[in-house]
Amino acid sequence: MALTGVEIFKMLPKTNCKKCGQPTCLAFAMKLAQRQVSLDQCPDVSEEAKQKLGEASAPPIRPTVLGSGELAVKMGEETVLFRHEKKFVNPCAIAVKISDTASEADASKVIDDVLSSEIDRVGQKLRINALFLSNDSGDGAKLEALAKLASTKAPAVAAIISTTSPDAADAALKHYSGKNAVLYGANKDNLEAMAGKAKAHKATLGIAATGLDELCDLTEKAKGFGVADMVIDSGARRAGEILRDNTYIRRSAVKKNFKPLGYPVITFAGRDDSMLESLIAVLGIAKYASIVVLNSAERWKNLALFSLRQNIYTDPQVPMQVQQNIYKIGEPGPKSPFLITTNFSLTYFIVSGEVENSKVPCRLAVLDSEGLSVLTAWAAGKFTASKIAQFIKESGIETELETKELIIPGYVAILSGSIEDKLEGWKITVGPREANGLPAFLKARA
Amino acid sequence: MPFTPPKESYNGKTFELTIGQGDKAVTVGGENVLAFHAFEGSVPREPAVAFEVQDMPPDDWPETVAEVFKNVSSGPVTWAKYCQDSLGAGIIALRLVSTHPDRGDASADQAAETVRKVLAAINVPLIVLGSNHAEKDAAVLVKVAEVLKGTNSLLGKAQESNYKTIVAAAMANDLKLIAMSELDINLSKQLNILIGQMGFDKEKLVTDPMSSALSYGLEYTYSVMERIKLAALAQNDATLQAPMLADVGMFVWKVKETQAAEADLPAWGSLRERGIEWEAVTATSFLIAGADILIMRHPEAIGAVKKFIADMEVK
Repeated sequence: MALTGVEIFKMLPKTNCKKCGQPTCLAFAMKLAQRQVSLDQCPDVSEEAKQKLGEASAPPIRPTVLGSGELAVKMGEETVLFRHEKKFVNPCAIAVKISDTASEADASKVIDDVLSSEIDRVGQKLRINALFLSNDSGDGAKLEALAKLASTKAPAVAAIISTTSPDAADAALKHYSGKNAVLYGANKDNLEAMAGKAKAHKATLGIAATGLDELCDLTEKAKGFGVADMVIDSGARRAGEILRDNTYIRRSAVKKNFKPLGYPVITFAGRDDSMLESLIAVLGIAKYASIVVLNSAERWKNLALFSLRQNIYTDPQVPMQVQQNIYKIGEPGPKSPFLITTNFSLTYFIVSGEVENSKVPCRLAVLDSEGLSVLTAWAAGKFTASKIAQFIKESGIETELETKELIIPGYVAILSGSIEDKLEGWKITVGPREANGLPAFLKARA
Repeated sequence: MPFTPPKESYNGKTFELTIGQGDKAVTVGGENVLAFHAFEGSVPREPAVAFEVQDMPPDDWPETVAEVFKNVSSGPVTWAKYCQDSLGAGIIALRLVSTHPDRGDASADQAAETVRKVLAAINVPLIVLGSNHAEKDAAVLVKVAEVLKGTNSLLGKAQESNYKTIVAAAMANDLKLIAMSELDINLSKQLNILIGQMGFDKEKLVTDPMSSALSYGLEYTYSVMERIKLAALAQNDATLQAPMLADVGMFVWKVKETQAAEADLPAWGSLRERGIEWEAVTATSFLIAGADILIMRHPEAIGAVKKFIADMEVK
């Protein structure tokens, strides 16, 4: 069970020495209970307390790295069940399966698709994170050939080697030594040998169980064999099973600090029907998977799943912000309307969406208002005449416009006079109060 | 090692709500656990999906979804019948777009006549939606409600600025009602309370916490829905126990991802699949968050979402 701040406090030196960066030992204990600091920041803690607190203060889901180098991703470390409570920390990795029964040409094509899967979304580079190399043939030589091909063509992309044969695992993992690969397929029959191979190649061990009882059993035994890093599969494949098992696993780890299930979860979304597969992946992304394995990676599907992952993993306590800039919608010319709004992402999405609806090409100035919506920003002094005037002047936009006219949101009509005072030679027009009035407003001007 | 599943049980449950009549009536709600959590409580029924139909040709819908209806969308009756008879729609959601002052400004009487014709042509439950112009909706929905009397249809949407007239009309004609507020659990709760204070039965209400599209605010709708569901169950808050609606299609089919040609953005892949996927992924996310009724446009997106619901095996 997780310890409370007071329970932790009792084990600390109580010297209030501030060496940990906190004002008091109690403050440090409270932060420790919320897992916002780590115990080793206290230089004077006793060995006994370290041992007692070590287990309790470790993250409920073990931090684990998949892959190496720039494209490596972190897994685990989650602390909540619902994203409104606190940010989901490490975005779920997406992997694509390649069977070792596929021809070299077919396998190469999937590898190329993965290599070219990178998409830039709202300033983040998103991509397929791993290849799932599956020993469907049962032939170790074929798996090794596939591992060799993948590691040669895509050396920076992480691999999950899937086999139940320790010998096949050994041969394939040689191509991924030191690259934080996952060896998936440890079960009740091969556990000790697979644990040995994972340790030998410094790979994460992927446990393939048939139910949660067996899963707990296997992770405890693997730990006994000296394996620290694991990813876990309860055997769930249908959507209902995935939701049930992933929910039980996350609750056990986070609410009960139950160590046998405190590992990142691997969820198999694979279906012959690609769109259904993507919806099973939606479930995995929303409900607690750290790796989702797909059968195919079409670009339309990647775009949707990357976007969802980004949405689910944004910090709910920090309003999502759009960068201050003047954005072009359509292909505006010198006579096109010029509007301004705030940089709260939802405001931006709604306003730009309605401008797009209008089919009237426009320029949209987005002022940094610290992520507040129009009325809130105005009330908080973040969307004022002087800030607007300064932004417009410094942007140099007037050289691109035939008439110096700025359309402001209807809710801040009160600002029109003072902006005109501060922006010499500009005409300020008051637009609609709600974004959904924009299409009619813009069409009427066109 | 025997594992004890950490089940959660809650004091509250959501209200059951039936729309339509006879053997085509559809009931949603009634669960005492989070969405699809049949493994630890009672999920008596699956969520429902309504097909969106408009009272004017869908001239602002992208090609991917407009072309599906090109032979039937010249009138709402043929369009609705096509959804019911050929696409297997279990619910029709008729949106009175043409009543919007910017989209033709059709009168309340014209709208009522449209609703009367559609009602006569179909036998599945009907949802009737205004044009989302608060002032005009109040005038239109009052007339529409009279036509809907005795059909147990779902009327919407009542918002903070127009709810009084619409609630009175729904009460007078014994209809179910959608209450919509903008992405805030407290606003949803407040509107439901205000509507209750007028004497409207809270068990006849549907909450629309406002939808959004994937990549365009989805996470806000998602989290508001999760919070409403948790308040309904864990806090047994009767003001938030109404089934939830996600009006998905209208948000999805206007974003760039459902419109931009593959030639312009090759990294985004096939436009057709991308559009359908956008609607299906958005809808599925809201189902996971707790939506009970979806309003959608593309039959293939609806088909994919129904397969997903079946995969959940709550029955």
